[in-house]
Amino acid sequence: MNEILLLENVERYLKGEMSAEERSSFEGLRKSDPEVDQLVVEHTYFLQGLDRFGTTKAFRNNLNEVGTKLADEGLIGQPKLKGNAKLVSIWKKYQRNIAVAASIAAFISLLATGMMVSYTKEYSNKNYESLVAEINKTNVQVSKLISKEVGKGVVINPKPEVDFRGTGFLIDGKGYLVTNAHVISKMKNIYIENRKGDFYKAEAVFTDKQVDLAILKIIDTSFKTVTSLPYSIKKINSDLGEQFFTLGFPRNEIVYGEGYLSAKSGNDGDSTAYQLTVSANPGNSGGPVINRNGEIIGVITAKDSKADGVVYAAKSKNILNLLEKLKKSDDKYLSIKTPTNSDLKGLDRVQQVKKMEEFVFMVVGN
Amino acid sequence: MNITEHEQILLKGLARNDKDSIESIYRENYSTIQSFVLNNNGSVDEAKDIFQEAMIVLYEKSGMPSFSLNCQIRTYLYSVCRRLWLKRLQQLGKFSTQVESLEETVPVEEEIEDHEKKNEDFILMEHAMAKIGEPCKSLLDAYYMQKKNMHDIASEFGYTNADNAKTQKYKCLVRLKKIFFAQYKNV
Repeated sequence: MNEILLLENVERYLKGEMSAEERSSFEGLRKSDPEVDQLVVEHTYFLQGLDRFGTTKAFRNNLNEVGTKLADEGLIGQPKLKGNAKLVSIWKKYQRNIAVAASIAAFISLLATGMMVSYTKEYSNKNYESLVAEINKTNVQVSKLISKEVGKGVVINPKPEVDFRGTGFLIDGKGYLVTNAHVISKMKNIYIENRKGDFYKAEAVFTDKQVDLAILKIIDTSFKTVTSLPYSIKKINSDLGEQFFTLGFPRNEIVYGEGYLSAKSGNDGDSTAYQLTVSANPGNSGGPVINRNGEIIGVITAKDSKADGVVYAAKSKNILNLLEKLKKSDDKYLSIKTPTNSDLKGLDRVQQVKKMEEFVFMVVGN
Repeated sequence: MNITEHEQILLKGLARNDKDSIESIYRENYSTIQSFVLNNNGSVDEAKDIFQEAMIVLYEKSGMPSFSLNCQIRTYLYSVCRRLWLKRLQQLGKFSTQVESLEETVPVEEEIEDHEKKNEDFILMEHAMAKIGEPCKSLLDAYYMQKKNMHDIASEFGYTNADNAKTQKYKCLVRLKKIFFAQYKNV
């Protein structure tokens, strides 16, 4: 009897799914073959362990969720200090000055974003600004010089020339990532850069300009596959007011952001996108939008350059639609599997970000 | 002391992993534990960790067939937290002789030892699960933990039929077992 068939019988035996006849013959086998008997004992123990693991994990999740809720309410946390009267009066005193300062700051940032409008989606709204960063050449020159000096002839991973930067994240540990179509549209060569500064060559395997998403595959053999991803991709639409966080590369370093879902459609009533209220800058394009349960609900695509904090994101179910189309295009993509369960549920935010950040990459190219 | 009907209901809820019961117990008991930990060289985060661990000890106990609690929930949680916190202080070498104990306590050493064994198994299983990768992880999770049936799983994961999904599931299970027991031997 092969191992799998034997296991199946053990499980049916333990669950009491066997007929009386099968049962007695199986018990006979157990008596005559000590190896089978051993397997039954071992498997019973293992299944109990697995079951306990499942229930304990569910309990821990609930416990964490309750803990987070109570922390939000202020039950968990530093005991409140008494006597904040002084602070209030200082606040009142400077309130006017702060308001003036804030409005000046807002004015300046409006000017700044207004100066670099570019668009890929054909919208009538001229304020639609995609968030791919164009890198200043002089900066790259400097960093190239440094890497040459350190390398001393043995250039292990030569740094490619980088003109554009966006963000991407893994959807399958075998090296498939999602980013925006516009991030890679001007790139002749696409590279994925991790936090350590290693570069991996990648190619676009599917692009959809309509929803502004692209699926990349890392083709570098030095890329180590990841066995499992801690987040899942949400299949259904999210609700207004849902809170989320984002990770992306508006700088050369990963940056965290927080916000909420402010409208169920994107620019010009685009039903494939959401409107978000969050801070986003060039380089954030292609970054994941993750809700508190650790589900990806969207992909940051663009912002309104004239309005403050108005950001657009492609809805997560577009990723799944794209994957379906990709799988139909060629059988070799049938093996792509996106994770259906999130390990991030119930964890506090810092832990969620820690588990998540190693799967979010810079997408760079020239 | 007799245990009230209210507490009986909460404990039954806890054993079922009922969120409302968890929340009630949390609300009624957390602040005592927090002030105990804060008064004894601890931080808010440590208080939360200790409290949640004690909740798991109580949960494990509540699921046992022979379960009975012969003191108030409050006393029990306090006793477990106190024990756990003393242990942690010892590990950190911050042992202070003046851990206050104004509250009534009950002996909980056995339960904590039992919990530590279970916790080790939990961590081993968690590691093994993390190592097997997708789709195995989701597949086993769906069948053995969420107790979904094979037909639903087959359609969700895109297998042509339930038999294929089943074969795949057993293959995954064999791998998980190998990884799990290999770690076990190393401990």
